[in-house]
Amino acid sequence: MPFWGPIEMSVRAAVLQQFKQVAREQSKRLAPLDDDLPLLDSGLDSLCFAIIVARLEDTLGVDPLSAAEDIRFPVTLGDFVRFYENAAR
Amino acid sequence: MPQGDRLSLWSAAGAAGDLSARFLSGHDATVALGDLADGSVLSGRGRELRGCSVLVATRSQLTAALALVELDSIARRLILYPPDLAAEHAAFVMASAEVDAIVSDHAAPEWESAAVRSRVIGNSKIEPANDDRTPRHQTEWILFTSGTTGRPRMVVHTLASLAGAIASAAPASPVVWSTFYDIRRYGGLQIFLRVVLGGTSLVLSSARDSTADFLIRAGRHQVTHISGTPSHWRRALMSPAARCIAPQYVRLSGEIADQPILDHLHAFYPHARVAHAFASTEAGVAFEVRDGSAGFPASLIGQPGDVEMRVEDGSLRIRSPRTATRYLGDGERRLAGEDGFIDTGDMVELRGDRYYFAGRRDGVINVGGMKVHPEEVEAVINRHPRVRMSLVRTRKNPVTGALVVADVVLRAEPEDSEPGRNVETEILQLCRDVLPRHKVPAAIRVVPELAFAATGKMVRCHA
Repeated sequence: MPFWGPIEMSVRAAVLQQFKQVAREQSKRLAPLDDDLPLLDSGLDSLCFAIIVARLEDTLGVDPLSAAEDIRFPVTLGDFVRFYENAAR
Repeated sequence: MPQGDRLSLWSAAGAAGDLSARFLSGHDATVALGDLADGSVLSGRGRELRGCSVLVATRSQLTAALALVELDSIARRLILYPPDLAAEHAAFVMASAEVDAIVSDHAAPEWESAAVRSRVIGNSKIEPANDDRTPRHQTEWILFTSGTTGRPRMVVHTLASLAGAIASAAPASPVVWSTFYDIRRYGGLQIFLRVVLGGTSLVLSSARDSTADFLIRAGRHQVTHISGTPSHWRRALMSPAARCIAPQYVRLSGEIADQPILDHLHAFYPHARVAHAFASTEAGVAFEVRDGSAGFPASLIGQPGDVEMRVEDGSLRIRSPRTATRYLGDGERRLAGEDGFIDTGDMVELRGDRYYFAGRRDGVINVGGMKVHPEEVEAVINRHPRVRMSLVRTRKNPVTGALVVADVVLRAEPEDSEPGRNVETEILQLCRDVLPRHKVPAAIRVVPELAFAATGKMVRCHA
Protein backbone atom coordinates (compact mmCIF):
# COMPACT_ATOMS: atom_id res chain seq x y z
CA MET A 1 0.00 0.00 0.00
CA PRO A 2 1.83 3.12 -1.14
CA PHE A 3 1.88 6.14 1.04
CA TRP A 4 0.95 9.27 -0.91
CA GLY A 5 2.63 12.00 1.05
CA PRO A 6 1.89 15.65 0.50
CA ILE A 7 4.90 16.13 -1.83
CA GLU A 8 3.90 13.31 -4.17
CA MET A 9 0.36 14.49 -4.18
CA SER A 10 1.35 17.99 -5.14
CA VAL A 11 3.62 16.81 -7.97
CA ARG A 12 0.79 14.71 -9.37
CA ALA A 13 -1.60 17.59 -9.01
CA ALA A 14 0.83 19.97 -10.72
CA VAL A 15 1.28 17.59 -13.64
CA LEU A 16 -2.42 17.01 -14.13
CA GLN A 17 -3.14 20.69 -13.85
CA GLN A 18 -0.66 21.44 -16.67
CA PHE A 19 -2.20 18.73 -18.86
CA LYS A 20 -5.59 20.35 -18.46
CA GLN A 21 -4.40 23.90 -18.85
CA VAL A 22 -2.26 23.28 -21.94
CA ALA A 23 -5.06 21.25 -23.54
CA ARG A 24 -7.38 24.20 -22.97
CA GLU A 25 -4.89 26.75 -24.31
CA GLN A 26 -4.13 24.64 -27.37
CA SER A 27 -7.79 23.75 -27.97
CA LYS A 28 -7.15 20.02 -27.66
CA ARG A 29 -9.75 17.49 -26.49
CA LEU A 30 -8.11 15.77 -23.54
CA ALA A 31 -8.83 12.06 -22.92
CA PRO A 32 -9.91 11.10 -19.38
CA LEU A 33 -6.75 11.23 -17.27
CA ASP A 34 -5.90 7.94 -15.63
CA ASP A 35 -2.53 6.34 -15.01
CA ASP A 36 -2.86 3.76 -17.80
CA LEU A 37 -3.58 6.36 -20.47
CA PRO A 38 -0.91 6.13 -23.20
CA LEU A 39 0.45 9.63 -23.73
CA LEU A 40 0.02 9.25 -27.49
CA ASP A 41 -3.73 8.77 -26.95
CA SER A 42 -4.09 11.70 -24.60
CA GLY A 43 -5.16 14.09 -27.33
CA LEU A 44 -2.01 16.20 -26.89
CA ASP A 45 0.71 16.53 -29.52
CA SER A 46 4.45 17.02 -29.10
CA LEU A 47 4.18 20.81 -28.92
CA CYS A 48 1.74 20.43 -26.02
CA PHE A 49 4.14 18.09 -24.23
CA ALA A 50 7.03 20.45 -24.85
CA ILE A 51 5.06 23.27 -23.20
CA ILE A 52 3.99 21.04 -20.28
CA VAL A 53 7.62 20.05 -19.67
CA ALA A 54 8.77 23.67 -19.76
CA ARG A 55 6.01 24.82 -17.38
CA LEU A 56 6.70 21.97 -14.95
CA GLU A 57 10.37 22.92 -14.93
CA ASP A 58 9.31 26.41 -13.88
CA THR A 59 6.87 25.28 -11.18
CA LEU A 60 8.63 22.17 -9.83
CA GLY A 61 12.23 23.13 -10.61
CA VAL A 62 12.98 19.83 -12.36
CA ASP A 63 13.18 18.62 -15.94
CA PRO A 64 13.55 14.83 -15.64
CA LEU A 65 13.25 14.30 -19.38
CA SER A 66 16.37 16.36 -20.07
CA ALA A 67 18.20 15.14 -16.98
CA ALA A 68 17.65 11.41 -17.48
CA GLU A 69 20.75 9.56 -18.63
CA ASP A 70 18.58 6.63 -19.60
CA ILE A 71 16.41 8.47 -22.08
CA ARG A 72 13.41 6.20 -21.97
CA PHE A 73 10.49 8.44 -22.64
CA PRO A 74 7.46 7.82 -20.42
CA VAL A 75 4.76 5.86 -22.24
CA THR A 76 1.72 6.29 -20.01
CA LEU A 77 0.48 9.17 -17.94
CA GLY A 78 1.42 7.13 -14.85
CA ASP A 79 5.03 6.84 -16.12
CA PHE A 80 5.08 10.55 -16.76
CA VAL A 81 3.87 11.42 -13.27
CA ARG A 82 6.42 9.02 -11.70
CA PHE A 83 9.25 10.65 -13.66
CA TYR A 84 8.42 13.92 -11.96
CA GLU A 85 7.77 12.40 -8.56
CA ASN A 86 11.16 10.69 -8.61
CA ALA A 87 12.96 13.79 -9.82
CA ALA A 88 11.26 16.07 -7.30
CA ARG A 89 12.04 13.75 -4.38
CA MET B 1 29.10 62.14 -54.04
CA PRO B 2 32.91 62.26 -54.27
CA GLN B 3 34.09 61.13 -57.65
CA GLY B 4 37.55 60.06 -58.72
CA ASP B 5 40.50 59.48 -56.47
CA ARG B 6 41.74 63.02 -56.00
CA LEU B 7 38.91 64.22 -53.82
CA SER B 8 39.23 64.05 -50.07
CA LEU B 9 36.72 64.20 -47.27
CA TRP B 10 38.33 67.47 -46.20
CA SER B 11 37.96 69.15 -49.59
CA ALA B 12 34.43 67.80 -49.99
CA ALA B 13 33.53 69.19 -46.56
CA GLY B 14 34.60 72.65 -47.65
CA ALA B 15 32.77 72.36 -50.97
CA ALA B 16 29.54 71.35 -49.23
CA GLY B 17 29.05 74.53 -47.24
CA ASP B 18 30.55 77.25 -45.10
CA LEU B 19 32.75 75.42 -42.60
CA SER B 20 32.74 78.10 -39.95
CA ALA B 21 28.99 77.86 -39.46
CA ARG B 22 29.10 74.08 -38.95
CA PHE B 23 30.01 72.21 -35.80
CA LEU B 24 30.71 68.78 -34.41
CA SER B 25 29.64 68.38 -30.83
CA GLY B 26 30.73 65.63 -28.49
CA HIS B 27 30.21 64.71 -24.87
CA ASP B 28 32.59 67.34 -23.52
CA ALA B 29 33.48 69.67 -26.37
CA THR B 30 32.05 71.37 -29.44
CA VAL B 31 34.29 72.38 -32.32
CA ALA B 32 33.75 74.38 -35.50
CA LEU B 33 34.70 72.40 -38.61
CA GLY B 34 36.34 75.54 -39.95
CA ASP B 35 38.98 75.37 -37.22
CA LEU B 36 40.49 72.38 -39.03
CA ALA B 37 41.55 74.69 -41.88
CA ASP B 38 44.67 75.67 -39.98
CA GLY B 39 44.48 73.25 -37.13
CA SER B 40 44.66 69.60 -36.22
CA VAL B 41 43.72 67.14 -33.49
CA LEU B 42 46.81 65.06 -34.25
CA SER B 43 49.30 67.00 -32.12
CA GLY B 44 50.79 68.49 -35.27
CA ARG B 45 52.00 65.13 -36.48
CA GLY B 46 49.52 64.56 -39.30
CA ARG B 47 52.25 64.44 -41.93
CA GLU B 48 53.87 61.42 -40.30
CA LEU B 49 50.76 59.46 -41.12
CA ARG B 50 50.96 60.03 -44.87
CA GLY B 51 50.69 56.69 -46.67
CA CYS B 52 50.23 54.77 -43.43
CA SER B 53 47.70 52.18 -42.43
CA VAL B 54 46.28 54.09 -39.47
CA LEU B 55 44.33 52.53 -36.65
CA VAL B 56 41.99 55.17 -35.22
CA ALA B 57 41.38 53.83 -31.73
CA THR B 58 40.15 56.72 -29.62
CA ARG B 59 37.63 56.69 -26.81
CA SER B 60 36.20 60.01 -27.94
CA GLN B 61 33.99 59.95 -31.01
CA LEU B 62 34.73 63.61 -31.59
CA THR B 63 38.48 62.98 -31.79
CA ALA B 64 37.90 60.07 -34.15
CA ALA B 65 35.58 62.17 -36.31
CA LEU B 66 38.11 64.99 -36.67
CA ALA B 67 40.98 62.57 -37.31
CA LEU B 68 38.99 60.92 -40.10
CA VAL B 69 38.37 64.30 -41.76
CA GLU B 70 42.10 65.05 -41.55
CA LEU B 71 43.37 61.68 -42.69
CA ASP B 72 41.13 60.65 -45.57
CA SER B 73 43.21 60.64 -48.78
CA ILE B 74 46.33 61.16 -46.62
CA ALA B 75 46.48 57.72 -45.01
CA ARG B 76 46.58 54.62 -47.17
CA ARG B 77 44.09 52.93 -44.88
CA LEU B 78 41.92 54.05 -41.97
CA ILE B 79 40.77 51.41 -39.51
CA LEU B 80 37.75 52.58 -37.53
CA TYR B 81 38.23 50.72 -34.30
CA PRO B 82 35.06 50.61 -32.18
CA PRO B 83 35.88 51.16 -28.50
CA ASP B 84 33.75 48.21 -27.41
CA LEU B 85 35.73 45.62 -29.35
CA ALA B 86 37.32 43.01 -27.09
CA ALA B 87 41.06 43.49 -26.56
CA GLU B 88 41.72 39.88 -27.56
CA HIS B 89 41.07 40.82 -31.21
CA ALA B 90 43.77 43.51 -31.26
CA ALA B 91 46.57 41.28 -32.57
CA PHE B 92 44.38 39.97 -35.39
CA VAL B 93 43.45 43.51 -36.39
CA MET B 94 47.05 44.76 -36.30
CA ALA B 95 48.30 41.92 -38.48
CA SER B 96 45.43 41.73 -40.97
CA ALA B 97 45.22 45.47 -41.56
CA GLU B 98 49.04 45.88 -41.59
CA VAL B 99 48.71 48.70 -39.11
CA ASP B 100 51.79 50.92 -38.97
CA ALA B 101 50.40 53.90 -37.07
CA ILE B 102 47.97 54.38 -34.23
CA VAL B 103 45.92 57.43 -33.32
CA SER B 104 44.69 57.12 -29.77
CA ASP B 105 43.65 59.33 -26.88
CA HIS B 106 44.38 56.93 -24.05
CA ALA B 107 46.90 54.32 -22.96
CA ALA B 108 45.70 50.85 -23.90
CA PRO B 109 47.79 47.79 -23.06
CA GLU B 110 46.70 45.94 -26.19
CA TRP B 111 48.43 48.50 -28.42
CA GLU B 112 51.54 49.10 -26.35
CA SER B 113 53.37 45.97 -27.45
CA ALA B 114 52.57 46.62 -31.11
CA ALA B 115 55.48 47.45 -33.40
CA VAL B 116 54.31 50.53 -35.27
CA ARG B 117 56.03 53.51 -36.88
CA SER B 118 53.95 56.23 -35.28
CA ARG B 119 51.82 56.64 -32.22
CA VAL B 120 49.92 59.88 -32.30
CA ILE B 121 48.01 61.19 -29.35
CA GLY B 122 44.77 62.57 -30.63
CA ASN B 123 42.52 64.87 -28.63
CA SER B 124 39.36 66.73 -29.30
CA LYS B 125 41.06 70.13 -29.05
CA ILE B 126 42.04 71.59 -32.40
CA GLU B 127 45.54 73.04 -32.14
CA PRO B 128 47.21 75.26 -34.74
CA ALA B 129 48.94 73.20 -37.40
CA ASN B 130 49.79 73.57 -41.03
CA ASP B 131 49.37 70.14 -42.51
CA ASP B 132 49.53 69.59 -46.25
CA ARG B 133 46.23 67.94 -47.12
CA THR B 134 46.81 67.42 -50.83
CA PRO B 135 44.99 64.16 -51.62
CA ARG B 136 47.47 61.42 -52.43
CA HIS B 137 45.64 58.19 -51.77
CA GLN B 138 42.28 56.65 -52.34
CA THR B 139 42.06 55.68 -48.71
CA GLU B 140 40.62 52.33 -47.75
CA TRP B 141 38.10 52.66 -44.92
CA ILE B 142 38.02 49.55 -42.76
CA LEU B 143 34.84 48.90 -40.81
CA PHE B 144 33.96 46.16 -38.38
CA THR B 145 30.80 44.15 -38.86
CA SER B 146 28.27 44.44 -36.10
CA GLY B 147 27.93 40.74 -35.27
CA THR B 148 27.75 40.18 -31.54
CA THR B 149 29.54 36.86 -31.27
CA GLY B 150 32.93 35.53 -32.32
CA ARG B 151 35.71 37.40 -34.04
CA PRO B 152 34.50 40.51 -35.82
CA ARG B 153 34.98 40.78 -39.56
CA MET B 154 36.73 43.70 -41.18
CA VAL B 155 35.29 44.96 -44.45
CA VAL B 156 36.91 47.31 -46.92
CA HIS B 157 35.08 50.39 -48.17
CA THR B 158 36.13 53.54 -49.99
CA LEU B 159 34.78 57.04 -49.43
CA ALA B 160 32.90 56.60 -52.72
CA SER B 161 31.18 53.38 -51.63
CA LEU B 162 30.34 54.83 -48.22
CA ALA B 163 28.96 58.05 -49.68
CA GLY B 164 26.93 56.45 -52.47
CA ALA B 165 23.60 57.20 -50.82
CA ILE B 166 24.49 60.74 -49.78
CA ALA B 167 23.37 63.82 -51.69
CA SER B 168 25.94 66.59 -51.61
CA ALA B 169 23.49 69.47 -52.01
CA ALA B 170 23.48 71.70 -48.95
CA PRO B 171 20.06 72.04 -47.32
CA ALA B 172 18.02 75.23 -47.64
CA SER B 173 17.66 75.69 -43.88
CA PRO B 174 20.21 74.74 -41.21
CA VAL B 175 20.21 71.06 -40.40
CA VAL B 176 21.64 69.63 -37.20
CA TRP B 177 22.01 65.87 -37.29
CA SER B 178 22.41 63.50 -34.43
CA THR B 179 22.62 59.77 -34.07
CA PHE B 180 22.41 57.29 -31.24
CA TYR B 181 24.98 55.21 -33.12
CA ASP B 182 28.71 55.38 -32.56
CA ILE B 183 30.15 56.83 -35.78
CA ARG B 184 32.73 54.05 -35.92
CA ARG B 185 29.85 51.72 -36.86
CA TYR B 186 28.32 51.70 -40.34
CA GLY B 187 24.99 53.24 -39.25
CA GLY B 188 26.72 56.08 -37.42
CA LEU B 189 29.36 56.60 -40.09
CA GLN B 190 26.59 57.17 -42.64
CA ILE B 191 25.28 60.06 -40.56
CA PHE B 192 28.77 61.48 -39.96
CA LEU B 193 29.53 61.44 -43.70
CA ARG B 194 26.10 62.90 -44.46
CA VAL B 195 27.03 65.81 -42.22
CA VAL B 196 30.52 66.39 -43.60
CA LEU B 197 29.54 65.94 -47.26
CA GLY B 198 26.09 67.49 -46.95
CA GLY B 199 27.03 70.78 -45.35
CA THR B 200 25.45 70.28 -41.94
CA SER B 201 26.35 69.89 -38.24
CA LEU B 202 26.37 66.91 -35.90
CA VAL B 203 25.77 66.10 -32.24
CA LEU B 204 27.61 62.88 -31.38
CA SER B 205 26.42 60.34 -28.86
CA SER B 206 28.70 59.15 -26.10
CA ALA B 207 29.05 55.88 -24.23
CA ARG B 208 29.39 58.02 -21.10
CA ASP B 209 25.97 59.64 -21.53
CA SER B 210 22.74 58.10 -20.37
CA THR B 211 19.94 58.13 -22.93
CA ALA B 212 18.38 61.05 -21.09
CA ASP B 213 21.66 63.03 -20.94
CA PHE B 214 22.19 62.51 -24.63
CA LEU B 215 18.66 63.62 -25.53
CA ILE B 216 19.02 66.73 -23.37
CA ARG B 217 22.32 67.57 -25.08
CA ALA B 218 20.77 66.95 -28.52
CA GLY B 219 17.87 69.20 -27.54
CA ARG B 220 20.24 71.99 -26.48
CA HIS B 221 21.78 71.94 -29.96
CA GLN B 222 18.32 71.98 -31.56
CA VAL B 223 18.80 68.75 -33.46
CA THR B 224 16.57 68.56 -36.54
CA HIS B 225 17.48 65.10 -37.89
CA ILE B 226 18.24 62.05 -35.79
CA SER B 227 18.87 58.35 -36.41
CA GLY B 228 19.11 55.15 -34.41
CA THR B 229 18.08 51.52 -34.26
CA PRO B 230 14.50 50.61 -33.29
CA SER B 231 15.98 49.50 -29.94
CA HIS B 232 17.57 52.93 -29.46
CA TRP B 233 14.23 54.53 -30.17
CA ARG B 234 12.20 52.25 -27.91
CA ARG B 235 14.59 53.09 -25.11
CA ALA B 236 14.48 56.80 -25.92
CA LEU B 237 10.68 56.83 -25.78
CA MET B 238 10.88 55.44 -22.24
CA SER B 239 12.71 58.57 -21.16
CA PRO B 240 10.93 61.82 -20.29
CA ALA B 241 13.89 63.50 -22.05
CA ALA B 242 12.45 62.33 -25.37
CA ARG B 243 10.47 65.58 -25.16
CA CYS B 244 13.72 67.57 -25.21
CA ILE B 245 14.05 67.13 -28.97
CA ALA B 246 11.62 68.17 -31.69
CA PRO B 247 13.06 66.58 -34.81
CA GLN B 248 11.84 67.15 -38.36
CA TYR B 249 13.22 63.82 -39.46
CA VAL B 250 13.53 60.54 -37.58
CA ARG B 251 15.41 57.65 -39.11
CA LEU B 252 15.56 54.00 -38.09
CA SER B 253 18.01 51.39 -39.32
CA GLY B 254 20.05 48.40 -38.18
CA GLU B 255 17.14 46.28 -36.98
CA ILE B 256 13.66 45.55 -38.26
CA ALA B 257 11.41 48.58 -37.87
CA ASP B 258 8.05 47.06 -36.99
CA GLN B 259 4.75 48.91 -37.35
CA PRO B 260 4.33 49.65 -33.62
CA ILE B 261 7.65 51.55 -33.32
CA LEU B 262 6.92 53.50 -36.52
CA ASP B 263 3.46 54.39 -35.18
CA HIS B 264 4.78 55.33 -31.74
CA LEU B 265 7.40 57.64 -33.23
CA HIS B 266 4.88 59.20 -35.55
CA ALA B 267 2.51 59.85 -32.65
CA PHE B 268 5.27 61.15 -30.38
CA TYR B 269 6.86 63.44 -32.98
CA PRO B 270 3.85 64.41 -35.13
CA HIS B 271 5.86 66.98 -37.10
CA ALA B 272 8.65 64.59 -38.03
CA ARG B 273 9.01 62.52 -41.15
CA VAL B 274 9.67 58.99 -39.90
CA ALA B 275 11.71 56.83 -42.27
CA HIS B 276 13.38 53.47 -41.99
CA ALA B 277 16.39 52.45 -44.01
CA PHE B 278 17.90 49.15 -44.93
CA ALA B 279 21.67 49.00 -44.82
CA SER B 280 24.42 46.67 -43.70
CA THR B 281 28.15 47.09 -43.24
CA GLU B 282 28.82 44.74 -46.14
CA ALA B 283 25.98 45.63 -48.52
CA GLY B 284 25.85 49.38 -47.88
CA VAL B 285 22.70 51.49 -47.89
CA ALA B 286 20.06 49.85 -50.07
CA PHE B 287 16.92 51.91 -49.65
CA GLU B 288 14.87 54.14 -47.43
CA VAL B 289 11.14 53.71 -46.81
CA ARG B 290 9.21 56.92 -46.18
CA ASP B 291 5.56 55.86 -46.33
CA GLY B 292 5.31 55.15 -42.61
CA SER B 293 4.68 51.44 -43.08
CA ALA B 294 6.85 48.50 -42.05
CA GLY B 295 8.51 46.48 -44.80
CA PHE B 296 9.06 47.83 -48.30
CA PRO B 297 7.17 47.90 -51.62
CA ALA B 298 7.69 44.72 -53.63
CA SER B 299 8.29 46.92 -56.68
CA LEU B 300 11.80 47.68 -55.35
CA ILE B 301 12.82 44.11 -56.12
CA GLY B 302 14.18 43.63 -59.60
CA GLN B 303 14.11 47.32 -60.42
CA PRO B 304 17.03 48.50 -62.55
CA GLY B 305 19.21 51.23 -61.07
CA ASP B 306 22.21 51.90 -58.89
CA VAL B 307 21.01 49.49 -56.24
CA GLU B 308 19.76 46.16 -57.56
CA MET B 309 17.88 43.84 -55.24
CA ARG B 310 16.50 40.36 -55.53
CA VAL B 311 15.14 37.68 -53.24
CA GLU B 312 16.66 34.23 -53.43
CA ASP B 313 16.00 31.33 -51.03
CA GLY B 314 14.00 33.80 -48.98
CA SER B 315 16.83 36.24 -48.30
CA LEU B 316 17.46 39.72 -49.64
CA ARG B 317 20.42 40.04 -52.05
CA ILE B 318 21.97 43.35 -53.03
CA ARG B 319 24.34 44.54 -55.71
CA SER B 320 25.37 48.18 -55.86
CA PRO B 321 28.35 50.54 -55.97
CA ARG B 322 27.74 51.08 -52.24
CA THR B 323 28.75 47.58 -51.21
CA ALA B 324 32.10 46.90 -49.60
CA THR B 325 34.80 45.58 -51.88
CA ARG B 326 36.14 42.69 -49.80
CA TYR B 327 36.90 41.27 -46.38
CA LEU B 328 40.26 41.89 -44.78
CA GLY B 329 42.13 39.11 -43.00
CA ASP B 330 39.52 36.47 -43.58
CA GLY B 331 41.38 34.33 -46.09
CA GLU B 332 39.40 33.50 -49.17
CA ARG B 333 36.06 34.38 -47.65
CA ARG B 334 34.05 36.07 -50.35
CA LEU B 335 31.82 39.03 -49.76
CA ALA B 336 29.65 38.62 -52.84
CA GLY B 337 28.67 35.82 -55.19
CA GLU B 338 30.07 35.42 -58.72
CA ASP B 339 27.44 37.85 -60.02
CA GLY B 340 28.34 40.55 -57.49
CA PHE B 341 25.20 40.14 -55.34
CA ILE B 342 25.71 40.10 -51.57
CA ASP B 343 23.49 37.80 -49.53
CA THR B 344 22.41 39.96 -46.59
CA GLY B 345 21.17 36.98 -44.52
CA ASP B 346 17.99 38.99 -43.88
CA MET B 347 14.93 36.88 -44.61
CA VAL B 348 11.91 38.55 -46.22
CA GLU B 349 8.32 37.46 -46.80
CA LEU B 350 5.98 38.72 -49.50
CA ARG B 351 2.51 39.66 -48.25
CA GLY B 352 0.35 41.41 -50.78
CA ASP B 353 2.42 44.00 -52.60
CA ARG B 354 4.95 44.42 -49.83
CA TYR B 355 7.94 42.58 -48.49
CA TYR B 356 8.35 42.29 -44.72
CA PHE B 357 11.52 41.43 -42.87
CA ALA B 358 11.11 38.14 -41.02
CA GLY B 359 14.47 38.01 -39.25
CA ARG B 360 18.07 36.88 -39.63
CA ARG B 361 18.73 33.53 -41.21
CA ASP B 362 21.13 32.58 -38.40
CA GLY B 363 18.64 33.55 -35.69
CA VAL B 364 15.99 30.98 -36.56
CA ILE B 365 14.55 28.93 -33.68
CA ASN B 366 13.70 25.37 -34.63
CA VAL B 367 10.60 24.12 -32.77
CA GLY B 368 10.25 20.44 -33.60
CA GLY B 369 11.32 21.03 -37.20
CA MET B 370 9.26 24.20 -37.65
CA LYS B 371 11.13 27.46 -38.08
CA VAL B 372 10.46 30.59 -36.08
CA HIS B 373 12.09 33.98 -36.56
CA PRO B 374 12.24 35.71 -33.16
CA GLU B 375 11.61 39.04 -34.84
CA GLU B 376 8.23 38.03 -36.34
CA VAL B 377 6.98 37.05 -32.88
CA GLU B 378 8.36 40.26 -31.34
CA ALA B 379 6.50 42.27 -33.97
CA VAL B 380 3.22 40.74 -32.77
CA ILE B 381 4.01 41.14 -29.06
CA ASN B 382 4.97 44.78 -29.65
CA ARG B 383 1.45 45.49 -30.93
CA HIS B 384 0.13 45.23 -27.38
CA PRO B 385 -0.34 48.79 -26.11
CA ARG B 386 1.40 48.05 -22.81
CA VAL B 387 4.53 46.60 -24.43
CA ARG B 388 7.55 48.88 -24.86
CA MET B 389 9.90 46.24 -26.25
CA SER B 390 10.35 42.51 -26.35
CA LEU B 391 12.96 39.87 -26.97
CA VAL B 392 11.98 36.44 -28.20
CA ARG B 393 14.50 33.72 -27.56
CA THR B 394 14.90 30.00 -27.66
CA ARG B 395 14.52 27.72 -24.69
CA LYS B 396 15.92 24.20 -24.87
CA ASN B 397 13.33 21.49 -24.67
CA PRO B 398 13.63 17.69 -24.52
CA VAL B 399 10.51 17.13 -26.63
CA THR B 400 10.77 19.60 -29.53
CA GLY B 401 14.44 20.57 -29.22
CA ALA B 402 13.45 24.16 -28.57
CA LEU B 403 10.53 26.33 -27.59
CA VAL B 404 9.88 30.01 -28.11
CA VAL B 405 9.83 32.19 -24.99
CA ALA B 406 9.60 35.96 -24.64
CA ASP B 407 10.92 38.65 -22.32
CA VAL B 408 8.92 41.86 -22.39
CA VAL B 409 9.44 45.35 -21.03
CA LEU B 410 6.17 47.09 -20.20
CA ARG B 411 5.30 50.75 -20.24
CA ALA B 412 4.07 52.32 -17.03
CA GLU B 413 0.52 51.31 -16.27
CA PRO B 414 -1.99 53.99 -17.26
CA GLU B 415 -3.89 55.54 -14.36
CA ASP B 416 -7.27 54.48 -15.69
CA SER B 417 -6.38 50.85 -16.34
CA GLU B 418 -8.80 48.21 -15.09
CA PRO B 419 -7.56 46.44 -12.01
CA GLY B 420 -6.80 42.75 -12.37
CA ARG B 421 -5.95 42.88 -16.05
CA ASN B 422 -3.31 40.31 -16.79
CA VAL B 423 -1.00 41.67 -19.45
CA GLU B 424 0.84 38.37 -19.97
CA THR B 425 -2.44 36.60 -20.73
CA GLU B 426 -3.47 39.36 -23.13
CA ILE B 427 -0.15 39.18 -24.96
CA LEU B 428 -0.48 35.42 -25.29
CA GLN B 429 -4.00 35.79 -26.64
CA LEU B 430 -2.77 38.35 -29.17
CA CYS B 431 -0.10 35.89 -30.30
CA ARG B 432 -2.57 33.00 -30.51
CA ASP B 433 -4.90 35.11 -32.63
CA VAL B 434 -2.36 35.73 -35.39
CA LEU B 435 0.51 33.26 -35.12
CA PRO B 436 0.69 29.52 -35.81
CA ARG B 437 0.84 27.49 -32.58
CA HIS B 438 4.57 26.75 -32.63
CA LYS B 439 5.37 30.46 -32.83
CA VAL B 440 3.35 31.41 -29.75
CA PRO B 441 5.66 31.87 -26.75
CA ALA B 442 5.42 29.05 -24.22
CA ALA B 443 6.23 31.55 -21.51
CA ILE B 444 6.20 35.32 -21.18
CA ARG B 445 8.38 36.96 -18.60
CA VAL B 446 8.06 40.60 -17.67
CA VAL B 447 11.54 42.09 -17.20
CA PRO B 448 12.64 45.61 -16.17
CA GLU B 449 14.98 46.01 -19.16
CA LEU B 450 16.62 44.21 -22.06
CA ALA B 451 20.33 44.02 -22.83
CA PHE B 452 21.80 46.12 -25.62
CA ALA B 453 25.02 45.67 -27.52
CA ALA B 454 27.25 48.67 -28.14
CA THR B 455 25.98 48.52 -31.72
CA GLY B 456 22.57 49.69 -30.50
CA LYS B 457 21.00 46.36 -31.31
CA MET B 458 19.41 43.97 -28.87
CA VAL B 459 21.69 41.20 -27.70
CA ARG B 460 20.53 37.96 -29.26
CA CYS B 461 22.06 34.67 -28.22
CA HIS B 462 21.79 32.26 -31.09
CA ALA B 463 21.00 28.68 -30.21
